[in-house]
Amino acid sequence: MRLSCAGRVDVIETGDSRQERGRWFAAMLAGMDDTGVITVGDLWRRYGRAGSGGFDAVRGVTFSVRRGELFALLGTNGAGKTSTMEVLEGLAPPARGTVRVLGRDPYRERARVRHRMGIMLQEGGFPADLTVAETGRMWAGTLAAPRPVAEALDLVGLGHRARVAVRSLSGGERRRLDLAMAILGRPEVLFLDEPTTGLDPESRHRAWLLIRELLGSGTTVVLTTHYLEEAAELADRLAIMHQGRIARLGTPAQVAASQPARVSFELPEGWREPVPEMTGTRASVTGRRVLLQSDDLQQTLTALLGWASSRELALSALDARPASLEEAFLAVAASGGAPADVNGNTQDVAA
Amino acid sequence: MKAGTVTISNPRQSARRVWALAQAEGVLLWRNRLALLTALSLPLTLPYLLKVAPDATGAGRSHGTGAILLPGLMAFALLFAVYYNLVATLVARREQLVLKRLRAGESTDAEILAGAAVPAIAIAWAQIAVAAVAAVATSGMAPPANAVLVLVALACGTAVFVLLAMLTAAVTRTVEMAQITTLPVLVISFASSGLLFPLALLREPLRSAAQALPLTSAVDLMRLGLTGTAADGHSLGLVATLGAAASPVLVLAAWIVVGVWAARRWFRWEPRR
Repeated sequence: MRLSCAGRVDVIETGDSRQERGRWFAAMLAGMDDTGVITVGDLWRRYGRAGSGGFDAVRGVTFSVRRGELFALLGTNGAGKTSTMEVLEGLAPPARGTVRVLGRDPYRERARVRHRMGIMLQEGGFPADLTVAETGRMWAGTLAAPRPVAEALDLVGLGHRARVAVRSLSGGERRRLDLAMAILGRPEVLFLDEPTTGLDPESRHRAWLLIRELLGSGTTVVLTTHYLEEAAELADRLAIMHQGRIARLGTPAQVAASQPARVSFELPEGWREPVPEMTGTRASVTGRRVLLQSDDLQQTLTALLGWASSRELALSALDARPASLEEAFLAVAASGGAPADVNGNTQDVAA
Repeated sequence: MKAGTVTISNPRQSARRVWALAQAEGVLLWRNRLALLTALSLPLTLPYLLKVAPDATGAGRSHGTGAILLPGLMAFALLFAVYYNLVATLVARREQLVLKRLRAGESTDAEILAGAAVPAIAIAWAQIAVAAVAAVATSGMAPPANAVLVLVALACGTAVFVLLAMLTAAVTRTVEMAQITTLPVLVISFASSGLLFPLALLREPLRSAAQALPLTSAVDLMRLGLTGTAADGHSLGLVATLGAAASPVLVLAAWIVVGVWAARRWFRWEPRR
């Protein structure tokens, strides 16, 4: 699968004059000077009436997305991901706060930025009685600078389905058609709201390859997903949202590290000696079962195994888990109504 | 850098987007035989119009059958080819999440609506044009007394019924339900248009109420433009024609203004949850 690159990269490939190249570098440097392709400051979004009748779906979210990176928004259902995305996409105004995409207000200055954005909604449709190719032709006709329809369909693996009616496509194929339309306009910024939901594992993998190629060609991507491995795989940085706020923000490794590693095991029946104190480790005992939370998994394991071996003690059901995105996510999801700390340092793991 | 040089909202770009959407909508209309039949059924109303119209209008006999037929034909075109079809189309696209998806593209709201409406409008106008040509050819219809009024009647009438379709779509949950939700507009508009019976038979204030309706005004205006005779049958000079046109033109303009306001307020782009 070979991706033809976005417009400004084409300049480098085809432009033979030094002047053109110079302009490209200037544009690139200008882009790098930006604090972000997307900046979001204290964003609030409200549904329903002002006052007590309404509901704040997004409550003061702040982050920025740099050029060429993939930023993932994670969170449980109702955390405010899609509500946030819709404001970034310019489909809805914020109740409060500021949003800039490519330096402009995506809602008020829609006509000036929309043609540089590609959007794949969580739920969107195309007329059931059009074929895939006809849908592509229609969509291309509304775009300022579309790539060839056949190329976009090939990129999502739908080239062979071009003559099939949309109504005959499977759910996964419809998602891929939606993705193809989102990238048809060679967007500089691509918004993907749960792009791989409903895809089989192979299609999902293909979508990942495509997204990586787009990133490689300089596209900036904002993505929401329920699949943590997808975020871990693709994201340069991510935010975990919970109840309208950002509970964790950082690279996947940073966010994972906000959570302690966990070691659990069972002591033999009738064992009386307590587990020794270990630095950077908190222990909790439930009956025979012991759970150690550690900031340094290797150190904790070494100490634990040394202690067990010196007493010729067999630890049953021994399980060691490094800090992971999943652990961090579950910790956030379990944190209930408590206001989440942006740095994520103070969360307790619910047992 | 780039954004400054690209002017996205220029009319040519806009027309290109509407054309792309309208082409797709045309293909969909072609594939939806029932909708196509509704849009193309105008000639079926001709025998009825021929039989009823001269008595009902009591006007324009001297101008040939065409002058009597065309306002009636326009009435059916606006009600069925434009209004009814568009309600069904908008509801179908909304419920399939197509409108929502299109709004996430580069097209503006107005372009999306225009794209949906253009095929139905084109079919309606084409049939009226064919009928006009046929009328001139067969019945020797005299040239219109004021062609501008004829075109204003058609354009404003179309605009009002597009807006009414948007508002009706807002209260219509499924395509099937459109058969019921369109009835009030269809029945009231047609009954009080002067095509079913002469409005002179109505007592005040019913008569004034009927004349405040958009279809009545569009029909009056077209008849006036074609024949130069008022609804009650007497001939008017050019100046008097314009004076007589003021009232229906104002009525149509008022419907358009209120309709735009109401459609912006109540039209829904996504299914209700």
